Amino acid sequence: MIMRNVVYALLPICAFSVWLFGISALASLAAAVASCVLTEHLICRIGGRPATVGDFSAVITGLLLALTLPPGFPLWMTAVGGLIAVGLGKMLFGGLGFNVFNPALVGRAFLQAAFPIAITAYTPAMAVNRFLEFIPTTLTLPFAQPLVLTEWIQRVRVDAFSGATPLTMQKFDHAATDVMPLFLGKTAGSAGETSALLILLCGAYLIARKFMDWRIPAAMLSSAFVVSAAFYLAAPAQYPNPLFVLFSGGLMLGAMFMATDMVASPVTPLGVWIYGGLMGLITVIIRFLGGLPEGVMYAILLGNAVSPMIDNLTQPRIYGARKKEAAKA
Amino acid sequence: MALIHEPDAPAASAGESMEAFFNGLWNQNPVFVQVLGMCPTLAVTNSVRNALAMGLATTFVLVCSNTLISMVRKLVQKQVRIATYILIIATFVTIVDYLIKAISIPVYKALGAFIALIVVNCIILGRAEAYASKNSVGKSMLDGLGMGVGFAFALTCLGSVREILGAGSFLGIPLFGPNFQPWVLFLLPPGGFLTLATWLLIFSAWKARSKRKTEVLEEIAA
Repeated sequence: MIMRNVVYALLPICAFSVWLFGISALASLAAAVASCVLTEHLICRIGGRPATVGDFSAVITGLLLALTLPPGFPLWMTAVGGLIAVGLGKMLFGGLGFNVFNPALVGRAFLQAAFPIAITAYTPAMAVNRFLEFIPTTLTLPFAQPLVLTEWIQRVRVDAFSGATPLTMQKFDHAATDVMPLFLGKTAGSAGETSALLILLCGAYLIARKFMDWRIPAAMLSSAFVVSAAFYLAAPAQYPNPLFVLFSGGLMLGAMFMATDMVASPVTPLGVWIYGGLMGLITVIIRFLGGLPEGVMYAILLGNAVSPMIDNLTQPRIYGARKKEAAKA
Repeated sequence: MALIHEPDAPAASAGESMEAFFNGLWNQNPVFVQVLGMCPTLAVTNSVRNALAMGLATTFVLVCSNTLISMVRKLVQKQVRIATYILIIATFVTIVDYLIKAISIPVYKALGAFIALIVVNCIILGRAEAYASKNSVGKSMLDGLGMGVGFAFALTCLGSVREILGAGSFLGIPLFGPNFQPWVLFLLPPGGFLTLATWLLIFSAWKARSKRKTEVLEEIAA
């Protein structure tokens, strides 16, 4: 029920990414979902467990995985990512409800470590002919290296595009991007992360129907905002403004749909705030001080890793029970 | 567990000696069954060459130290046995260290500190304490050989998966041509853990299956 509603909430984002990047994004989504569902089905069969494909969680994992990948990511690598996401990220721990980490991000972390070049090969949004031809890298043969896209990008781009996302441009060339296009989403980037507005709307739907804890995205986004504002006020020339930090990269998508993974996040109200705040902080630290342009994935995985500990530390006091000091005295 | 042996078992027949050898190679494989010596297993298996070199070096130390420890087993006081074993093992590790340096500097550099760390490899001390100190010289030597070859075999299994996927080559020879996409992850530490886990899974699944098979056969025979 909840799962199916999360799929509904993700569909507009998927549709937008297909409109923005064309049939390559569609193929990527299909490959990721197919790979995730198939992996779950096969592992259930081999392990003699009851089939759990019907709970839609593998579909969500597939959609989220594809949305965090570059639109022209080779399909065979996407399929490998789906296999790792569901196989290693979820089924090995015992299936849905036992996964320590968000499965989609486990898959993406594997892909990032295995294919560091392919996963940073971004293509321009709104390319000409995007509904008629695939991005050349999409159809790379299994185990083959994807092509270099420089020439193809020159042919299809509609405006000056250097092959970089706003985040990369900010990090390595100190070239700022206006906040408005970032907010609306007509920029280069991973397939589903570009439109902050759309992600906010879809997240708001889930929050309104109480399928998701609003505190997690609120805590993560506000913490990222506050920390980056501190950096910005200290050295405005060096660091981007906090609104850029909020609307660029995968922060919105991560905060709304991945950090809120019900299994991998804390359950206590105070713990949820700590968890979200920690992830926002780590995101900004990686973006500003680390070597990578984007840090949302690692921030969320780290947050997932410490969430059982946060839960332990923030257990509410049982009504009527005395404090430890009082009990001792 | 084969780790527990009666002190000074009677002189072995040929069949029993061979059992000591195959025990280490397969039934009690140090990596896949006993899950010992994980540090070199994970650290130096990023190529077949390194894995083989580490396997051979460990085999040499195992055979030599097992033989010598078995020879002196009746002379060593119980209270100082571990110190004696370490001393004997360290001697052979020093020999191996100089040998590898003399044979190939690139391999020596790739293995780095892990050659010296063979001294504290738990397989070697484990075999010294559990086997060589209680068995005859011949059997101890064969046990060391079996364990060493089993260790080298396991390292090569890991090394070949990691090198084929991570670099598209085997022993440095490219297998798939220039178009191959290397999976960089498999040359990095997480690749070591993933590969080891997969091999352990395959190995224990295979063992469970063959165990079920013998049980069924025994049932039919009975």
